[in-house]
Formats: sequence, C-alpha cells, structure tokens
Amino acid sequence: MLSAVAAMPSPSRPSDSTEALRALFAQRIAILDGAMGTMIQECALAEADFRGERLRDHPHDLRGNNDLLSLTQPGIIERIHAEYFDAGADLIETNTFNATAISQADYRTESLVPEINLAAARLARRAADAATARLGRRCFVAGALGPTNRTASMSPDVNRPDFRAVTFDSLVAAYLEQARALVAGNVDALLVETIFDTLNAKAALFAIEELFDETGVRLPVMISVTITDASGRTLSGQTIGAFYSSIRHVRPFSVGINCALGGAQMRPYLEELAGLADCFVSCYPNAGLPNAFGGYDESPADMAKVLGEFAAQGWLNLVGGCCGSTPAHIRAVADAVRRCPPRIVATHPAAMRLSGLEVLTVD
Amino acid sequence: MKNLAAQFIIIGERTNITGSPKFAKALKAGDWDACVAIARQQVESGANVIDINVDEALIEGEPTMVKFLNLIAAEPEIARVPVMLDSSKWTVLEAGLKCLQGKGIVNSISLKDGEAEFLRRARLVQRYGAAAVVMAFDENGQAATRDEKVRICTRAYRLLTGTIGFSAEDIIFDPNILTVATGIEEHNNYAVDFFEATRIIKSTLPHAKVSGGVSNVSFSFRGNNPVREAIHAVFLYHGIRAGLDMAIVNAGMLGVYEEIPADLLERVEDVILNRRPDATDRLVMFADGLKAAHGGASKIETREDLAWRSFPVEQRLSHALLKGIDGYVETDTEECRVKYPRPLDIIEGPLMDGMRIVGDLFGAGKMFLPQVVKSARVMKKAVAYLQPFMEEEKKKLIAGGGTARPQGRVVMATVKGDVHDIGKNIVGVVLACNNYEVIDLGVMVPCDRILATAREKQADIIGLSGLITPSLDEMVHVAREMKRTGLDLPLLIGGATTSAAHTAVKVAPEYDDPVVHVLDASRVIGVVSALLSRERKPAFAADNRAKQDRQRREFAERRAARKLLTLAAARARHQPTDWASVDIPRPEFLGTRTYSSGENLPPDVSRLSLGEIVPYIDWGPFFSAWELHGRFPDILQDAVVGEEATKLFADAQAMLREIVANRRYTARAVIGFWPANAVGDSIEIYADEQRSRVLRKFHFLRQQQEKPVGQFNHALSDYIAPRESGRLDYLGGFAVTSGHGVESFAREFEARHDDYSALMAKALGDRLAEALAELMHLRAREASGYGKTENLGMKDILREKYRGIRPAPGYPACPDHTEKRALFDLLGAEAATGIELTESFAMTPPSAVSGLYFNHPDSKYFAVGKLAKDQIEDYASRKGEPPEFAEKWLAPYLDY
Repeated sequence: MLSAVAAMPSPSRPSDSTEALRALFAQRIAILDGAMGTMIQECALAEADFRGERLRDHPHDLRGNNDLLSLTQPGIIERIHAEYFDAGADLIETNTFNATAISQADYRTESLVPEINLAAARLARRAADAATARLGRRCFVAGALGPTNRTASMSPDVNRPDFRAVTFDSLVAAYLEQARALVAGNVDALLVETIFDTLNAKAALFAIEELFDETGVRLPVMISVTITDASGRTLSGQTIGAFYSSIRHVRPFSVGINCALGGAQMRPYLEELAGLADCFVSCYPNAGLPNAFGGYDESPADMAKVLGEFAAQGWLNLVGGCCGSTPAHIRAVADAVRRCPPRIVATHPAAMRLSGLEVLTVD
Repeated sequence: MKNLAAQFIIIGERTNITGSPKFAKALKAGDWDACVAIARQQVESGANVIDINVDEALIEGEPTMVKFLNLIAAEPEIARVPVMLDSSKWTVLEAGLKCLQGKGIVNSISLKDGEAEFLRRARLVQRYGAAAVVMAFDENGQAATRDEKVRICTRAYRLLTGTIGFSAEDIIFDPNILTVATGIEEHNNYAVDFFEATRIIKSTLPHAKVSGGVSNVSFSFRGNNPVREAIHAVFLYHGIRAGLDMAIVNAGMLGVYEEIPADLLERVEDVILNRRPDATDRLVMFADGLKAAHGGASKIETREDLAWRSFPVEQRLSHALLKGIDGYVETDTEECRVKYPRPLDIIEGPLMDGMRIVGDLFGAGKMFLPQVVKSARVMKKAVAYLQPFMEEEKKKLIAGGGTARPQGRVVMATVKGDVHDIGKNIVGVVLACNNYEVIDLGVMVPCDRILATAREKQADIIGLSGLITPSLDEMVHVAREMKRTGLDLPLLIGGATTSAAHTAVKVAPEYDDPVVHVLDASRVIGVVSALLSRERKPAFAADNRAKQDRQRREFAERRAARKLLTLAAARARHQPTDWASVDIPRPEFLGTRTYSSGENLPPDVSRLSLGEIVPYIDWGPFFSAWELHGRFPDILQDAVVGEEATKLFADAQAMLREIVANRRYTARAVIGFWPANAVGDSIEIYADEQRSRVLRKFHFLRQQQEKPVGQFNHALSDYIAPRESGRLDYLGGFAVTSGHGVESFAREFEARHDDYSALMAKALGDRLAEALAELMHLRAREASGYGKTENLGMKDILREKYRGIRPAPGYPACPDHTEKRALFDLLGAEAATGIELTESFAMTPPSAVSGLYFNHPDSKYFAVGKLAKDQIEDYASRKGEPPEFAEKWLAPYLDY
C-alpha cells in the first residue's frame, strides 16, 4: 500500500484555517483546552451511560471508553468543549485520543472508528462555531491523534528484544482511518499528541501526509511529545532534540510537550525545545505530578504561575492543560499569559540534523 | 581555522556484510549476539553513525534488516547514534525505514532507474523522515570522472530540491570512491576525480553533503591492513580538505595521518594523488616488504575499553549490569559460582546489588528505560547460567532425603494497559530461585485472566506489577474483583509507580485478605515466605494491617489538612438514604434495660453471668496489649512469639476461671432505645413516639475533607431519619462495665509485687468490658428485631459483620467526649451501672464502654477527620456553647 504513493501528486494547498491560525499565533499566545478525561470522570458515568441506547447489547464492557461518548453521550462532550471555550480556549481537541482501530480493539469497537471520529469532529465543530458566535472570537478545533496503546520501537517482551507488538504499516492504516474521518468532520488542524514512542508518531505523520495527498488540502500539523520523567527523554529513549529532528520533516505548524509531567518539571525541556524549534511551540502540562493515587493536585493558580513564567520567558505560542486540568485551570492560565507576547519562532542555519536516541548535527 | 577532522562524521562499516567478514559470518550463522556486539564495538570505537547492510544472496534482506534494527534499538548504547540503512534493494531500505524512530540515512537512491522512480523513492524517504545518500549514478551507469560526477549530482540536486521540495541539507552525495592502484591506467586518477568533484559539489550545491565508502579505494591491498590503513588515512586527510563531510570506515581501524611512517606516506600519497606513473608499482613492492616484516599477520585494533575487566568479580558483574553488557556475564557468574557456597547467594548478593543500583539510577532519572531493559537481560542471562547448578543442588537435596516440592505457587502479571515488566521479571526470578513456582502471565494481562489462572492453578499468592499511573487504578480493580469473586489469597503489589501509601489507602480496603506492597525484589522472599507460613502469617498480616492503618490515618490527616470543604458543601455531599423505603426497626422496648452479674438484684434488673460474657472476648487486642501481634488463635502457633503467646494465654485462662468462679468482678450494663429524628447534623431524642417533647439532643460532626466522586462526607446523623422525612426513627445507647472489682483484684497482686498478674487482671477487665459491649449489642440487635435472625458465628460477630454500629463519643466518628453527658443522662447510667464520668468525661472504673446504637442498614464506622472553623462555630452554637468550648474539646481535630 505504501509504495503505491504516486511519484508526484499535485502539491496540496493550505487550508483556510492555516492562515487564520497563523494570524492568531502571530498576534498572541493562543490558548488550548484542558483535560477531557478529568471532566468526563466528574460525570461519574456508569457502564449503561457509556453504552447508551446504541450499544446496549455490545458484547464487551465499554465503561472507560471515553471516545465512544461522542456517539453515545454527545451532549456531555459538547458541553465540556463549550466550557473550555468559555474559559478562554481558542483551540479545543476532539475527544478522539484513543479513537484508532488499534486502541478501540480493547473494547471490540474498532469497526466504529470512522463514526466515532466523524461524530467527535462534528460536535467539536458545532461547539466551536457556537462559541465563535457567542464569544465574538474565532474558535478552532484540532483533531487529536493519540499514541495508541502499543509501541512500535520497543518490545513488550524482555526476552525477545526484536519483537514488536505493532508494525509501522498497521499504525499508518489505523491513523489514516482516524485522520480521514476527523478531516471529513471539518477540523481546523491535526494534533499528534502524547508521543511516547517517536516511531508511532512518525507513522501518524506518514498517514497524515498520505491524507493530504488524497484530499489536496493541507491542514496545520501540530505535534506534542511526552517527556516521561527526569531523564528528560521520551519513553522510547529519545532526547527532546533527537525527537524534534525525527519529526521536523513534516514541517509542523507547532511542536510541544504535554502530559506525564507538571509544568514545573517540564521547564528545562520546554526551554530547550523553544530554543531549537523553527515552528510554533506549545506546552500543555498535567496539573502537577500524579500523586500516589494517580490524581492531580495542582491548583489553577499554581499552574497559571508556572505557565505564566514560561510565557514571560518567551517560550510559548500555545498553552493549555493536560491530565487533571479543568476549565478553571485554563481560565487561570489564559489570564496569566494574556499580557505576554508570543514566542518568536527560532531560525537556525541549515544543517542536517540526524538522530538516534540523541541528535547528531552535521553542518 | 575550523577543526575539520573533529567535525568529520565517522560512519561505522563493520555492520556492513560486504565490508566485514566477521559480521557476514555471524549473520549467516544467525548469531545475533555477535552481530549486536559488532555494532556496539563500532559505536564504542567512536562511530557517529552505523552503516547497516545485509545484502547477501543467501539472506532474506527485509526480515533480516528488520530484526537487526529491532535488536539494536533495544541497545541504548548503540541506538543512541543514527542509523544508515544500506542496501541495493529499495524494499530492504523501506522495511528498514519503518523501524527507525530517529532520523536516519538511506543509502542509497539514484537516477539509475530513471527520474520517476528516483523521485518516488526520494518522496518516500522524505515522508519517513530520513536523509538520503544520492549516488552519482544515472540511467547510463556510474560516474567515474570528475565532470560526470558533478553533472549527475547537480541534476539530482535540482530534481530533489526543485520538484519535490526535498531539503537540501538532507542530501548526501556519494560521488563514488573507486579502487585505485589496480594496474589499470584509467583508474589511477579515481581518487583525484573524487576530491575535485567533492570540491565543486560543495561549492555549487548549497547545503548538500558529501560522503563515500572509503574501504573501496584500497581494495587492491586486501589482506595488508597496515597499508590499507595508511591509504584510508591519506584518503580521508585529502578528502576532508576537499570538503568530504563523512565516510563509511572501520571506526576501530582508523590510522592517524601524522603517524604514518614517511616512506610509506610518500608512496601512498603518490598513489592517491596520482603523482607519478609508477606509483602503484612502488607501493605494491613496498607493501609486500611490509607484509613480510609483519609475518603476514593482519592487525585488528580493538578500542573497546576493557579496564573494567580487571575489577574484582562482584564489581565486574555490577558493571555489566549497569552497562547492559552481556558478553562476559557467564564467565563472571561462573567465577562467582566457584567462590560462593550456593548459586542463590550470587543472585541475592552481587546480582541483586547491581540491579539495586540500576533501580536507583533509573529512579533518579540517570538511566532511562531502554538501558534498564538491557540490564534486566544481563541479569536474566546470569540467572539462566546458574539455573542448572540450582537444579543440581535440588537433586542432591532430594537424594539426601530432602524435599524439593515448591514452597508455594505465585501467579504474577503486569496489569492491563501496562507493558512494563522489568521489576516483575526480577521478582519472578528471585522467587523461582527460592523454590517457589512462578506462573508469569506476562504484560497487559486482563483482570479476569489473572483471577482465572489463580483459581485454576490453585495459586497461593497473586502478584501485580505496573509502572505507569493508570496501572494503579487497574490494581484497585483487580483487588475489588478478587473480593467480589471470593478469592482469599494474599495480594502483592509492586512496580515503580506503586507505593506503600497507595496500597494502604486504595488497594487494601478493597480486599479482606492481606494486600502487601513489595518495595523491590529483595523484599519479596521475606514477604512471600511469611504469607505462606501457617505460623508466621498471622503476625505478619497483623503487622501489615497495622502499618496500613497508620498510613491510611496519616493520609487522611494529610488530605484533610490539604483541602477542606465548606460545611455547606460537605452537607450537600451527605450519604443519601431513600427514607421512604429504608427499613427502620421499632425496638421491642423503649427506655432502658439494666443487667448485672451482682447478687440480690432488684426485679427490674436482668441477671448476667460473667461466664456468658467470656465467649465474646476478642483476644487479638489482648495480645496486642502485651506487644504480641497476630490473629488469635493462629498467634499461639507463631514461630517467633507462639511460645510466649501460649504461655500468656494459659495464664489468662487460669485467671479468667478464677474471676468467673469466684465472681471477682461484677459486670453491669444498661441499654436503651428512644424515639429520635435527625435535625441537620444533630439528633433529637423524644420523650415518646408522638414527639411531644425533646428529651435530649446529640450533636454530631461531619467529615469536611474533599473526596472523590461517589464517596460521601459522613456524619452519624445521616443514619437517623430526618424529621422532614415524616418517619420516626430510634436511637439506642449503652454503658457497660466489668470494672467493679478489677482495681481491688489488681491491688492484691501488686501487694505481692506480682506486677505481671496485676497487669493481667486489668487487661482481662478491659477485655471483659469490651466483650460485654459486644454481648449487649447482640441483645440490642435482638430487641430491634433483625438481630434475631442474623445467624452469625462468634468469629463473624467479633469481626462486626452484623448490621448496625455502636460508635462511642470520644472516638473517631463522634470525637467529642462531652456528648457522653447526654447519653449518661438518658441511660441513667450512673445509677444503673455505677460508672461515673470524670471532669474530663472519662469513665471510671476504667474497664467501661459506652456508646450509641445505630440500626441503619448502611451505617459504617468512619473518622470525622479535620474540621474547619465554620463547622466548629456551627457545632458550638448547636450545643449552646461558645466556640472556645468546642475548640477546647476538639483541639486535635482543628484544621486552623
């Protein structure tokens, strides 16, 4: 399938949203939404709620399959989107973090993937359009593509280091199916996020490029990596510089860091990324480090303080929240960065930047 | 001037099957360890990039490339550098591209198959995120001359950058390094052509790089390494000056230009720079002489740092674990095996010591996951080496009449959603080495499979592992399911994100049997052996429970201290009851009933005998009072404290017989029930069922700590129907004592300086009072109706498995001791039982218990925890006292 790429498809043209987003990012620090999962959790939904009428007789438990709620509880998801826009978000993510055939297979709902993504994109679009009318500023939708539950460059079996639980090709197929439905649902941008394993992300980006060839329209591609711990590396072992050089070929609209850490712990990595990225930089940390119980304690004020400082340093173009953040956090963050000018995109002399787990620059 | 050599990129060629016989041999033999070792040696020798080529007629290229790339991806010390995928087959290159998380280099693409195919491949290279080597090759063949090289490279550059927008800085030209000194005259200028082409390309095609395979140039001198090394050094020296950015070389065999002997250097430069017609002949002659002088031996220089090999063996093992080097681990393990008495000593000694360092470094962020995975593999290899020796030891044991039956069976799994199993694997190894049977279900294991396996294999223990945060919730889920499905095995919790606190607060409360957090593999044997020992388990479990109780308490305090709800918000989160349908039993009597074991009782006092109280004694706390921990009666068989406990118990029985037979103590009790309704957080007690008059009010406190969704902010008043519900409810109360006579009995022993017996007398008094409270609670439940059919054994009664609770003022659910006054007034407790309240509302005699009875089917004990000022003020005003009064009596609970 992959080798069938035409040698020279006509170059895709940028979407209308590209210019609008560029204008916004040139003007100020843009605001992204906060956690969807935390908000859904607050609703304390039961198995029956997840199933709705539609999947009443589905043969597998569905509780916890948050992405499915776009189909079975669209009102809840749309309301959460609206709350984030009201809190100050310019851009919200579709509720599609796990909406690939690979992740949905856990619930035996892989056949619903196109529908889930289309529904999620449409209801996010509706929420954004309503917010645009209500708030008098343009509100955007980013189609979210998560990491899936498998890693393409690491073995889950310590005795078979060469084994892989998922292949690049199956990841590309899964991401293509997801991205196609998101774009059909009229999202303004695509966001490949919470990247633990760069090879998974490269498959997503490969799929997105395929899709742009297919549609002839190029959306802004936003990318966000997860630095898992104090080693300053991704779960698959890359440094932030190595990561950036691995994904730079898609000429991303923005690149950033999200999840796993709170803002304070992200500081050195964000600083590094802000210095090297020749595109916009985003940051949406968790509300602190998870406590011993997997919950998050950082208050809106705490989070706003940390992110406000990043903004003052001139490191940010887009800021929001990840796990544990709420509309209150986003509101506080938006307030904290309001007076700071956006980061100026870095420019570097042309050089070949290769990478393994670390970066190798040849200039 | 720029330090050109320092910036020069070395591409290691030893993992190129066409350039490395050693690699070719290992690959063909399927010796993957050797292949990986060659790659590592290249990186350790300083290669900045490694070239990987598996093109060989007998090898299937695509799967071989994939397997090798996947293998080295698991070797952080190799994976740290970028990879150059090298193949003449596009499909092999594409298969390789699908394995690289980093940005690598494709070697190569060219115009050989025409422009369309060239651009198609280039576009894919771009899409996979790699750089590309572009060979100076076109539809007509390989470029040999300077002008040909420049022409083809320029054409390729224009196509790439102009037509498909390929980044110029990601183009690496290989203008073909061809063999010189072949004896064919046209070949003599090949090196010069290369240098000149390089110079032009670098100056006319912006940002493009130049590379080449250097070994090719010296191909005529195969077998003569000193000469080849010199040729390579000379070629690189001049190439770098011409603008060569990188080259594929043997990183372990790089000569230094300055150190080439003058005579050799002169002849080599003559050849490379094509300085004289007889240059080849002269070098060939010189080379033959050199070879003879070296005895024909080829020189292979290895730059691997082997200093660590001279360390003591324990340090060598530790080094190998830290660095993930498994090449020497068997040798070193063998050396230890000879040195140590038992194979297991090596695992628990030097190997675990090494892994502990790895764990610490990982925890401190100084090692990252792939390195730890590598360490785990070295560990596993060492253990595998020791396995046969341990088998041998076992056989000898059996031959000597011992038993080798596994000591127990442990089912282990990394929970659903998590792929990390390093810690779990080490724990498994340690258990297996200690003669436990380990059933390892692997990673991402769903709950039902863990439970089904445990059941099917009749496991003795289940162990759960996880590294990522969501695994914590999954572990709670597993514990809950174990309880729901009626499993009764101990549960072990381990893994990097788990903690003793999380286990105590979130996991343990979901499951009745012991849930033990295992910090690391070094602790697991202690835990498992204790849990599987009939004798030691009770004490261990009790100790674990006590620790977890403390952690829960500390957590609750910390949590409470952190964030309190307003009283209004806390009230809004009260435990809801459907008052229209809930069962509210009407007690068979209202007012009080009095009991006594004394003599000459008035007609309204029921007879009580000490003998009927004795079976209700919960002996657990009795042993705790003597600092002996364990569940009764198992504690009597405990390996450590069993003997002491048995003796103590025998003495207690003897004294108890004396107390009962000679009525040394007098037990007295009063219980009562009254019509009641809740009004806010208080409860009104009415004189009659018409609620004609309020007799007394009890005032309660409500939890204010913030809680997760689905949990409530409890107050005892929630267990009594509110007045506005329209239903009448009933509150009960009691005061009991067995204390009359305790003091005088104890004094008899004190007088004889027998402190042991004096203490025993008091301890038994306390036990009898508690037992009497339990017995009276049974009478109260019977009076309420539901107790008549509860059909519980004594064990379940002592574990409070019945409906209803009997919280005492001054204890966690209602911490204000002053509430005893209202209770005593209602009960007429002083007159009925002889118990007095002191100024500080303590009861005297001390062997006394009082409290309230709640019949609500969902009533549970809880701790009120920290209280905010708004509640203290509200509470004081309900009691009609100034706030200072409440602050004084509730001082330990104030959050301000």
